[in-house]
Amino acid sequence: MIELAHVAFGYGKRQLFADVSLALNEGDFFFLTGPSGAGKTTFMRLCYLDLLPEKGSLKLFGNEARDLSRDQVALTRQRIGVVHQDCQFLEHLSVVENIALPLTVGGRDVPLGDMEELLNWVGLADHRNALPAQLSGGERQRAALARAVMMDPDVILADEPTGNIDWEMSQRLLTLLLELNRMGKAILLATHDLALIRQAKSQASTRVLRLAGGELQAAGVDL
Amino acid sequence: MSAPGIDLSTNDIVPPSGFTARLTLFTSAAMAFLAVFAVALSLASTQLATRWSDAMARTATIRLSAPAGQVEAQTRAVLAALETTPGVASARALSDTEQQELLAPWMGTNLPIDTLAIPRLIEVVETAQGFDSENLRLRLSAEAPGAVLDDHTRWRRPFIAAAEHLKFIGLVSVALIGGAMAAMITLAANSALAANAQVIRVLRLVGARDIVIARAFVRRFSARALVGALVGAGAGVVALLLLPSVSGAETIFDGLGFSGSSWFLVPMIPAGAILVAYLATRFAALRMLGRMA
Repeated sequence: MIELAHVAFGYGKRQLFADVSLALNEGDFFFLTGPSGAGKTTFMRLCYLDLLPEKGSLKLFGNEARDLSRDQVALTRQRIGVVHQDCQFLEHLSVVENIALPLTVGGRDVPLGDMEELLNWVGLADHRNALPAQLSGGERQRAALARAVMMDPDVILADEPTGNIDWEMSQRLLTLLLELNRMGKAILLATHDLALIRQAKSQASTRVLRLAGGELQAAGVDL
Repeated sequence: MSAPGIDLSTNDIVPPSGFTARLTLFTSAAMAFLAVFAVALSLASTQLATRWSDAMARTATIRLSAPAGQVEAQTRAVLAALETTPGVASARALSDTEQQELLAPWMGTNLPIDTLAIPRLIEVVETAQGFDSENLRLRLSAEAPGAVLDDHTRWRRPFIAAAEHLKFIGLVSVALIGGAMAAMITLAANSALAANAQVIRVLRLVGARDIVIARAFVRRFSARALVGALVGAGAGVVALLLLPSVSGAETIFDGLGFSGSSWFLVPMIPAGAILVAYLATRFAALRMLGRMA
């Protein structure tokens, strides 16, 4: 689904990655860890084509990223659900409208049954008409996850989704992500939260990657 | 898309408020107001010049300067020649009183016209086909050597030129108004896009194509431009209707306004505004989105 081969990227003179490779396939669940500033968010942005690699090959669903037109990039993103730490909602729209946004911009109807199911699944049925600013941190994260899965994407990229929420809410979010992974979705989750990783490893087959010093390595199993 | 709790169209993905909304409304209203006047002025000047030109095109004047003893004889000769000239509907010599009235604005009302060597004027009214000026001049030179035909060509020519010029100025004014409106709306659209960078980021994150994002801005701006232009054009028409009447003065203000089929030009102004807004916003949005990509 997402394949990086010998990718290099940096901001100006600051080289973040020199030679990074990864293949994210159907049903994979990767954690991405590493110190702050190591480039986890940049790595995620590469994966959803917000950035392009300076060197190496980045393929999404078999297509080389550099060869994609802007329309093709947009269509590719419809197959990738992204959850950010800061969530990024349209603040003038209600929760349900934000969750429906991927379908709206894709010109597709919102299946009401699916929406109801999704709202119940993330526990936001009672907040459907609230504005994002009226939600708590955990509720915003769950709304972001609901929006990410609304289009039934093949891949979910979550960048520090539990950064601003308490442990109980983190557990709930992890449970939702594990459920999606069982449904065959590939998941890449960037986090500092080792307890969360241990919790996930106890419930599913997940792998941990560590990004540090410009390299991506498999982390030890004793996390 | 219509469902309980989900009544969202792609038009709503852009936040509704902002100073650009007021700027677009004001700009399109002001431009439409000015466009009404530019069109009305152009129409009026064209009508006035055409009226003058038509009036003079149907008449000619023969000016007869002859020694005192020959004036009456040459006048009769001229009138006789005119009676047999094809294209002449009627001809008559102006009386002393009429000539005095013509000169009154310059010479006063107590002009002793019989003591002055003022040429005799003969008014000629043409048929629709008109007469052959050159042939008539040749005949007059033979039968009344003191007669000079003035078919008003030299008067008419500047009026026709002025009419064409005014028409051109009117069209240029409308084009300039449209261009200025396009520039203002482009600036407003660029400003709105820049102010909504975060919105655009979110939309791209969820897979929105540029054309979908651009369309949301285009619809928003076109709607504002339409509302503004309707208000501006309406105000322009009201202002024209409230102009004091100066009928009978044969000035440019006499025909300033719309009548008959020219009323169809009024709805063309908001229609033009929406077209300008659509093209300007679409161009600005796609260019800006390309830069932001």
